[in-house]
Amino acid sequence: MDTMSLLMNGFAVALTPESIMFAVIGAILGTLIGALPGLGPANGVAILIPLAFSLGLSPTSSLILLTSVYAGAMYGGRISSILLNIPGDEPAMMTCLDGYPMALKGKAAEALAISAIASFIGSFIATIGLVILAPILAKFALKFGPAEYFALFALAFATLGGITGKNQFKTLMAAAIGLMIASVGIDISTGVQRFTFNTLELFEGVDFIIAIVGLFAISELLFFLERHAGDGLKQVAINKLKLSPKDIIKVLPASFRGAVLGFVAGVLPGAGASLGSFISYTLEKRVSDKDGTFGKGDARGVAAPEAGNNGAASGALVPMLTLGVPGSGTTAVLLAMLISLNISPGPMLFQQNADLVWGVIAAMFVGNLVLLLLNIPMVGIFVRLLSIPPKYLMPVVTLIASVGIYSVSHSALDLYFMVGFGVLGYIFRKVDIPLVPIILGMLLGPEMEKSLRHALVLSDGDWTALFNSGLSMGLWTVAILGLVLPIIVGPIVRAKMSKSKAATKED
Amino acid sequence: MLNTFSLKTVLISSAAALTIAGQAYAYEPARSAECIAPANPGGGWDFTCRSVGKVLVDLDYIKGNVQTVNMSGAGGGVAFAHTISKRAKDDNLIVAASTATTTRLAQGQFPGMNADQVKWVGTLGADYGIIAVGKDSKYTSLTQVMEALKKDPSSVKFAGGSASGGWDHLKVLMTAQKANVEKLPQVRYLAFSGGSEALVQVVGGHVDAFTGDISEVKGFMDSGDLRVLAVLSEQRLPAPFDAIPTAMEQGIDSIAPNWRGFYVPGDASADSYDWWVNTVDELYETQEWKDVMTKNGLIPFHKSGADFTQFVKNQTLEIRTLSQDIGLIK
Repeated sequence: MDTMSLLMNGFAVALTPESIMFAVIGAILGTLIGALPGLGPANGVAILIPLAFSLGLSPTSSLILLTSVYAGAMYGGRISSILLNIPGDEPAMMTCLDGYPMALKGKAAEALAISAIASFIGSFIATIGLVILAPILAKFALKFGPAEYFALFALAFATLGGITGKNQFKTLMAAAIGLMIASVGIDISTGVQRFTFNTLELFEGVDFIIAIVGLFAISELLFFLERHAGDGLKQVAINKLKLSPKDIIKVLPASFRGAVLGFVAGVLPGAGASLGSFISYTLEKRVSDKDGTFGKGDARGVAAPEAGNNGAASGALVPMLTLGVPGSGTTAVLLAMLISLNISPGPMLFQQNADLVWGVIAAMFVGNLVLLLLNIPMVGIFVRLLSIPPKYLMPVVTLIASVGIYSVSHSALDLYFMVGFGVLGYIFRKVDIPLVPIILGMLLGPEMEKSLRHALVLSDGDWTALFNSGLSMGLWTVAILGLVLPIIVGPIVRAKMSKSKAATKED
Repeated sequence: MLNTFSLKTVLISSAAALTIAGQAYAYEPARSAECIAPANPGGGWDFTCRSVGKVLVDLDYIKGNVQTVNMSGAGGGVAFAHTISKRAKDDNLIVAASTATTTRLAQGQFPGMNADQVKWVGTLGADYGIIAVGKDSKYTSLTQVMEALKKDPSSVKFAGGSASGGWDHLKVLMTAQKANVEKLPQVRYLAFSGGSEALVQVVGGHVDAFTGDISEVKGFMDSGDLRVLAVLSEQRLPAPFDAIPTAMEQGIDSIAPNWRGFYVPGDASADSYDWWVNTVDELYETQEWKDVMTKNGLIPFHKSGADFTQFVKNQTLEIRTLSQDIGLIK
């Protein structure tokens, strides 16, 4: 079957009432999560994973729910950027630059509407990109033997810090912690138990879903507690929407450019949505800013980064689905979810679970449309939700997380582990140790170890087998670049990012 | 006279029959029963519990419902420990098991526990082991693979979905042993975290041969990417797998059913144990269960009661000896 008919089958799955319902729920929750400052997409998905488990959803429904949350969070991030000048999540940072000035000029409604349209275009184009690129990459993936996989995982770790990563050493440390946790349990290559101390509960290792929920969701709760979880936030009032077709046409080129750039940034490992929106914004400024209006409330400056970060969000799904190597933190969480549902991502996914993959991709189109519809007329509701005091919100989050984790295995020990990881997550965030590399370490570490051992068994212990094919050499080259470049380019990019932000504040 | 007599006989005999039927089991199942699936939702044990639970309720063996409880950990070890320590006398509990359970028991991977601590009820079908190669492989029969192993035990590398020493690995070793391959510890096995991952490597030409279960290979067999050299069953499997030769046809006496079945707690009453054994026997014969088997690719394989207990004992012993022979355990 060709891609088109597979996609049509996907729509048959995505347009069932059940799928649409989960897409709508996911879109609403996601937008809300994205809008709340602090709760990023990775946290949002992490919080909702246990919900999907405790409701006993089918793999397809769970994935539709969570990808909608993911897309929704990308939409929602802009709301607080524009109204509060606080990005709802990191990728929405660049949206503050022109979004908040627009709101100050009394054009908050226009800024929200334009950014919603740009988000739609970004997601739409990137999902088309995913449809085209994913099957090609999935076929290509059959060429991956153990040696190539090992190089690929090395690449994933090398690019972990990303171009925008601040402290390579802390990233490395976090990844090492993840690897250490991952080594608990049975070693499948020898059948020997490692670090289990004859405790049966540890024989299968530490479940990464528990680690994810603890590190992200529970630590979030602790942060809210620390801030006394008090009041909602003060925001710029919203005016009545006056948006002419001319305004929309004006931002279309910016949105298209942003979408394509964002998609490319998303597909590349280690880059992610933050870089996608940053590149989109800077390029747009260079192309369009002839009158020096960028940073002072130019609609194009809102459209470009929003298209960029939504494009990157869909782009990051490409390597996750086809190779099983996540391109960003949120896709790492989604990957963990897939593995927990007994679905192994990679080339087999497109062969064995075609219904599921294409259903989810089709659901992304549906969800995107739902999000656009939700985000223009109903943006007022989300804005009001933004002022829900966290003291009501956080207990609900904690309840969902605990019930969900318990319902997976019926083990109280898992709950202790979850709380333990929560405390650990709180401490790590206090000392600026990033959490995503821990998860990636836990997810990819065992795979990487396995690939290395397999490669060596196949070559009868010859280490040069790791560099024997053109493919693996290519991967090693990118890995080395990924490790070295951030050290050279990183400071420059970061300086630019903070400079453009500082410039806006001075105006 | 004749009429009266026959009527009387009928009455008496049916009354007697009723009494017997009524007395056969002093144990009456409670309104609801519990089935522990020692893994997360979605796997084989979870399937065993849910499908058996459904048929038991549909056919009125259990008046209320059969609740499936997922209790993952240690490849069934957590559930096994839970059953013998906290539920030892529970008459209304069954626990899903398979060859993976006996393998771990045999290798002492449930520390301090053994197969005698529970009562083995019966099996409700099996998934048979197979050995396969990619379509471009130079091997066209199991005999050729075994000849190659005899010359050099590390010349053919196997990929499978279980850990080293697990069932997929043991299948290769058992077959090689039956084919008189020496130096078994030198046979190379690559452990993957699932059958499908291992299959991709074999189909992609990175590893020589695949060891797994028949249910895992249908997709690649139909597409022609995979050549199944032998199925490890006593007779050929029913269609659509009837073209695959058995290992026995090729002169290698290797049989490897991955059975699906249950055990109950060790101190469950004798009456309840009999009830469960009998119910499993009856259930196995019903059309409803046959439909479940066909739909899910399970192959007929039924043992119960004393027969099954002996089977578990033999299988455990066989696996233990083999594992010792190849140095997996001491």
